[in-house]
Amino acid sequence: MSAEEYALSHGLKKVGARPGLLKYIAETVSRINFAYTLASYGNEAANAKSRLGSWWNILLPTIQAATYGLIFGLILGANKPDNFLPFLFTGVFLFSYISGSFSLGAGAIISNSGLVKSLSFPRVLLPLSIVMSQTLNLLPQLLVLAVVLISVQQTISWTWLMLVPLIALLFIFNFGLAMIMARITVHVRDLNKLVPFISRILFYVSGVFFSVEKIFSPESIFAQLITLNPIYDFLNLARSYLVEGYPQQPEQWITVSIWSFSVFVIGFVFFWSAEERYGRGD
Amino acid sequence: MAVATKVTQETRVPVVVIDNAEITYKVFASGRRATRGNSGGGLLFKKLKLQEVHAVKGVSFTVYEGESIGIIGSNGSGKSSLMSALAGLTPLTGGAIYANARPSLLGVGGILLPNLSGEKNILLGGLAMGFNKKEIAAKVDDITSFAGLQDFVGLPMRTYSQGMSARLRFSIAASKDHEILIIDEALAVGDQEFRNRSEARMREMRENAGTVFLVSHSMKSIIDTCTRVIWIEKGELRMDGDPKKITAAYNKFVGSTTVD
Repeated sequence: MSAEEYALSHGLKKVGARPGLLKYIAETVSRINFAYTLASYGNEAANAKSRLGSWWNILLPTIQAATYGLIFGLILGANKPDNFLPFLFTGVFLFSYISGSFSLGAGAIISNSGLVKSLSFPRVLLPLSIVMSQTLNLLPQLLVLAVVLISVQQTISWTWLMLVPLIALLFIFNFGLAMIMARITVHVRDLNKLVPFISRILFYVSGVFFSVEKIFSPESIFAQLITLNPIYDFLNLARSYLVEGYPQQPEQWITVSIWSFSVFVIGFVFFWSAEERYGRGD
Repeated sequence: MAVATKVTQETRVPVVVIDNAEITYKVFASGRRATRGNSGGGLLFKKLKLQEVHAVKGVSFTVYEGESIGIIGSNGSGKSSLMSALAGLTPLTGGAIYANARPSLLGVGGILLPNLSGEKNILLGGLAMGFNKKEIAAKVDDITSFAGLQDFVGLPMRTYSQGMSARLRFSIAASKDHEILIIDEALAVGDQEFRNRSEARMREMRENAGTVFLVSHSMKSIIDTCTRVIWIEKGELRMDGDPKKITAAYNKFVGSTTVD
């Protein structure tokens, strides 16, 4: 009798083998509280050492948006998008939600090696926790956005509520991105150094601060490429419900839903299929 | 194949089977001494190459119900690598490990979240071990007093001494009845009073049908808590058997005459 037959005949199971997809999902769901608690404690700890603490969650993106407003407002001059401030704040806040999930997701495993090496739990809880913490950061920013919208547009609209399903889709999309990045950086650690540049490039090609129609002619290759970018679709869709002067295009819901669910499913399977390899002693 | 060599073993119930386990680390380094020879080549041609470190070289043994195993060996002998593989945290490069439950590893270092208070680390650790919020909240006080950290539980864990954080981490892990618990030198930094308390807790776990692996350089702890000792040297199994006999041989090997 080989050692394997002997072990299996006594009901022992192989250690470190990756659980099946369904079992993995069930284990993840049952420990979802861990991801949420880690996210909220993590945010708290990140702000604990500065005097203004969690106010920075609102202050930083506001200062950022105001700076972009000043600089790009001057550069773009007459080519500024209509209704510039609401356009810009919507773009900057939602973009930072995506890019934050993307770049912090890239470090989900490699920056938490202490946790990974000392506790066993479904590792997908780490990128999930990153996206949860980014979502918690986004919520107070939405209040700032509401203040900007009200003070510039002088109205409150029911259509703002469409942001709720949109953020739900963004959550799914971001979670997918975070899982993909978390696994890739485990294999190619050097990629983590390039992440800031990738997110910068995404910033410039997602129409965060300019309107594609005003800068490029619709036939130009840039305009075509940018409209393929799902982040551009997300921002456009959000603006169509928040910012006056931007027509609603309901068909974009289909585009962003397809993107979100595809990225999520691909990301989950991609991440799970290397589960037993995270936490290598390197 | 170290299994079933004796007829008597057939009647015992195995809980862990380690079958020809091998672990090789790949390290990106030149492997040359900085102080020897020419380290030239310049910035672009440092001649870094993928070096292999063979930490565990084909170790096999079987652990039966009711045993608690002491693991001894010099620093760098591969004990910790093997235990980390047993816990499923380090992948094996060859062979296989089978167990009747998922083993939990309690190692040195690796504070959970240094900027969070001890209490929040207790809650997080509990949730990660699979307790729900209510269960772990009910255990916080017990865990704190077991660790003897009532006065410090509100402070961030980065302010803890090594011994304090080791105590807290052991107490978190010990709050659950593990079927298989691996303790990797985690108690070495604790003081004597805490060591006695934790050794009592380990014996209690063993009585509750749990299996304990204890990696330690303290032969006294090993003799006090283990029923069998495995000595690993340079990635290979050197000796396996009665604690007193094996620790005596090991002490002779390292040239020490003291027991502790």
